[in-house]
Amino acid sequence: MEEIWEMVRQHKNVTVFGCNTCVAVCHQGGNKEAEILASLLRMKATREELEIQFVDSGIERQCEHEFFEKAEGLLQNSEAVLSLACGIGVQFVATKYPKTPVYPALNTTFLGDVIAPGVFTEKCQGCGDCVLGATGGVCPISRCAKRVLNGPCGGSANGKCEISREVDCAWQLIIDRLDAMGKMENYEKLSSLKDWSRDRAGGPRSFKLEDF
Amino acid sequence: MELKTESKLEKIFKSGHLAVTSECGPPRSSDPTHIIEKGRLIKNHVDAVNITDNQTSVTRICSLAACIHLKNEGIEPVLQMVTRDRNRIALQSDLLGAASFGINNVLCLSGDHQSFGDHRQAQNVFDLDSMQLLQTVRHMREEGKFLSGDEIKVPPRFYAGAAANPFGDPFMIRVPRLAKKIAAGAEFIQTQCIYNMDRFEKWMEEVRDRGLDGKVNIMAGITPMRSVGMAKYMKRAVPGMDVPDELIDRLAGVEKKQQAQEGINIAIEQIQRLKEVKGVAGFHVMAIEWEEKVPEIIESAGLYPRPEVD
Ligand code: SF4
Ligand code: SF4
Repeated sequence: MEEIWEMVRQHKNVTVFGCNTCVAVCHQGGNKEAEILASLLRMKATREELEIQFVDSGIERQCEHEFFEKAEGLLQNSEAVLSLACGIGVQFVATKYPKTPVYPALNTTFLGDVIAPGVFTEKCQGCGDCVLGATGGVCPISRCAKRVLNGPCGGSANGKCEISREVDCAWQLIIDRLDAMGKMENYEKLSSLKDWSRDRAGGPRSFKLEDF
Repeated sequence: MELKTESKLEKIFKSGHLAVTSECGPPRSSDPTHIIEKGRLIKNHVDAVNITDNQTSVTRICSLAACIHLKNEGIEPVLQMVTRDRNRIALQSDLLGAASFGINNVLCLSGDHQSFGDHRQAQNVFDLDSMQLLQTVRHMREEGKFLSGDEIKVPPRFYAGAAANPFGDPFMIRVPRLAKKIAAGAEFIQTQCIYNMDRFEKWMEEVRDRGLDGKVNIMAGITPMRSVGMAKYMKRAVPGMDVPDELIDRLAGVEKKQQAQEGINIAIEQIQRLKEVKGVAGFHVMAIEWEEKVPEIIESAGLYPRPEVD
């Protein structure tokens, strides 16, 4: 909250803008959260005796042009936008409105799944060269603290990772899966060196559908 | 005797001796005096000395520089290399640099996660893992090429080693994992500190059943306990460490002042027992910041004087 406040306090009129898809599922950045954040900011402004107008709004997705139509007028007239979308949405809004300051309201942490309501775990880092076929469907890139491809490292203990007793050792999970599938012989196959050029290491990535 | 490298360690193994190595951690300052003194303390009692590579992710003098200091003292260094901090370009470059100073041994490790160390906010690298680093070392030596495929005019010829933990989890892959490291190119193995002797002997039995003892030189890891407190700490807090209660009871059974000596006695007894185990090719004595005791342990265990192989 303090971090957000420091970014927006210099403005007179800020649109607190929700994104109602992925981040809403995580109860972080939906239109409802935008409403709550806006009222917290209004209270803060009153307490600090600053006159700032916080308007809350939102759309379904902040990463595609067509969804912006209904908020076009509002955003055109905003002095600044505080976006509750992930890092992608924030950048999308910034590109769309080149003269408007756009601030992130969230720290985008990872691509994950919802293992139980309210519990999210990182499952993929979009490394561009998927190894799941060889690792029993458990991703060592996103789920092993060292991204080792021939694990486990020496720190694996009682199924947990050396970094914390709260974190599953991805390689224990991989071995459990290989064992359950009767594929333990796969364990002794050395994994080839990873081609990180298809990961972030290769520079910004893009993907284009042919004939679209 | 067909030698693949200039390594003294390789010569020791190939001439049928039990090898003895030790380990030193470099200082956290740019003053090398400390590491040179430690090296002098153990110089005559070991065949080679490992230099740790920013162990427990705490920043120190780099392993390569510390190895050069030892080399200057006439000690055979083993360069430890972790893949945590360097990508494949830096790793291969350091291997070339080390070889240019006549360093002949490298121990390939992944390294502790940086969350244990002094720079928890650091980015890690882990471009390669420990097995892939082994493959790299062997590839450079055998093929005379970089990972990129480019030729190396004078390839570095390292004797390649790795670590093994007979006690780690999951138990099921303890021996397959060793087989995998051998397949990746390991020629010598230094094991995790051994305290549970029965379980270690069981592991060695399985190693022999698969004939792996004939393919790699296994050095048993020995670390003397300094106190009952240290034993309890290792049991509780160090992942992958198997400290049996008998050992804790034995240390607790002697007066506080005597515990350090008792720890040394235990280490000596362990070495004597393990000398009889088929497939044990040597000992790696890791006396963490207690190097002055290494000569006593090695002498009392009957591993002194060290053989001349040059
Ligand atoms: S291997 Fe790469 S693409 Fe596949 S799940 Fe893991 S991070 Fe995602
Ligand atoms: S303990 Fe397991 S998950 Fe953690 S770094 Fe080691 S192999 Fe990866």
